[in-house]
Amino acid sequence: MSAPAAISHDLTVADLTVSYARVPALHHVSFSLSCGRCVGLLGPNGAGKSTLLKALAGLLPRETGRIAFHGQTIAGATHEFAYLPQREQIDWDFPTNVRGLVEMGRFLRLGWWRRYRGEDRAAVDEAIAAMHLTPLEKRQISALSGGQQQRAFLARALAQQAHVFLLDEPFTGLDKPTQDNLKSLLRELRDQGKLIIASHHDLPSVPELFDHVLLLNGELIASGPLDEAFTEPNIGKTYSTRIFAALDHGMAV
Amino acid sequence: MEWLFEPFQHEFMRRVFVGGALIGFTNGFLGAFVVLRRLALMADSLSHSLLPGLAVGVMLFGLAPIGLFFGALVAALIVALGAQLVARSSRLKEDTALGILYTVAFSLGVVLISFVKVRVSLMHYLFGNILGLSNADLWTAWSISLVVIPLLAVLQRPLLVTLFDPTVARTQGIRVNLLNLVLMMCLVLTMIASLQAVGVILLLGLLISPAATVYLLCDSYPAMLWGGGFLGMFGSCAGLLLSYWLNLPSGACIVLVLGAIFFAAYILSPRYGLIRHFKRGRHFHEASLARWEPEHHEHHER
Repeated sequence: MSAPAAISHDLTVADLTVSYARVPALHHVSFSLSCGRCVGLLGPNGAGKSTLLKALAGLLPRETGRIAFHGQTIAGATHEFAYLPQREQIDWDFPTNVRGLVEMGRFLRLGWWRRYRGEDRAAVDEAIAAMHLTPLEKRQISALSGGQQQRAFLARALAQQAHVFLLDEPFTGLDKPTQDNLKSLLRELRDQGKLIIASHHDLPSVPELFDHVLLLNGELIASGPLDEAFTEPNIGKTYSTRIFAALDHGMAV
Repeated sequence: MEWLFEPFQHEFMRRVFVGGALIGFTNGFLGAFVVLRRLALMADSLSHSLLPGLAVGVMLFGLAPIGLFFGALVAALIVALGAQLVARSSRLKEDTALGILYTVAFSLGVVLISFVKVRVSLMHYLFGNILGLSNADLWTAWSISLVVIPLLAVLQRPLLVTLFDPTVARTQGIRVNLLNLVLMMCLVLTMIASLQAVGVILLLGLLISPAATVYLLCDSYPAMLWGGGFLGMFGSCAGLLLSYWLNLPSGACIVLVLGAIFFAAYILSPRYGLIRHFKRGRHFHEASLARWEPEHHEHHER
């Protein structure tokens, strides 16, 4: 496969509004990102970080707005996007090993009927190897460390041939070596032309982990490369407008 | 050796064994979904709710299987949907709502059955009486199994992804709610097929103990489905033999055999058993995790 022109790889979000029980959690958010980026999604609690990720994954109904990938409008669920849930949502005692988990990514791709072939097996092997899990592939998923569990989920997204990886707080609860390991894996994915969007709450580690940021607080405050968008005025705005946003909601209810 | 084959010389016993094996397999197969989705309480509620439906069915249509079938189906659906309604329209959670609704339905069933003119024994419905398995019952069981098992086998992939993580399943365009509904329907149908053999109270044991046993023995989802099916089949047949030889109630014997196998797995399972649990300290587990860390691996390679 030859690398398509970067311009056609854009993820474009235009005028996205998402509400819970008619109270908007995201107001008219618009941004555009090219593939091959590692994007940190930043903002205070309740800023709508998880909401944005879920809306991109097609888990929440959109009130307004358009999401387009490769120039094509995305209506609901799509295999191009892989959403990695927070750890607490997973039943780690589920009867499956690393390989079984990664195979689920192929099943998503194959649908109900199509036979699982040699090429699927190869794709699974490749995804497991890319996440350095080959020696662990027979392990039940609870017999993995936190970092390995995340890599297993990334491998599933790879097997699914997703292009956009949506991660909800992936660095939370990881120790330093594990965090570094995940960081370098995400960089590898980025260098393969994937678009990684990860919510994150620890500001000091941002420059080390991401090359782009989206600053969010109900509405989009800034978006762009680190040196342009991750500036003190922007950060200040993101973490102080919260009071006004809350007041706004109070009046709306 | 003659005593071993003696039961099979009777035509009715052969029929009972075929029926028992079939019902056992279907229940064991379906049990995997109940165990993994934590639906045991829901399943128990559904099986108990069959009773008022059976009573109404008997009142309206006599003992005709078709009347019993629809009565039981409607009653189970009313309780399942009613519980959802109560949970959504009040601050109660679904388990409480289910608990109230199904005990009320069950009590209603007990009261109704005492009013029924036709001669039916309450005990018969509560604990099953597989010796009373008629040809019509057997046909019902066959048709239900032939719908339920192929349907679930076809839906294996979407079911697997949904069981593991409904959120991700939804992001990939799987219609999770529809799938749940199909699963519920299969559950109720299987229960109706099994009523005659084990009765409403013991149904749950036949449904979940085979899958729970396999769950303690291995880490494979297909093994849980098919292994649960075969274990359910084996347990049913062994239980039936036991009940024949010792002249004991069939449903109780089936559940006791399955229970004994479950406890054996619970204690002896090589990976998840009680003995293993005490022999292997937590620290050793952590140490073994660290040893497997691929980071170490890479260092050596480079």
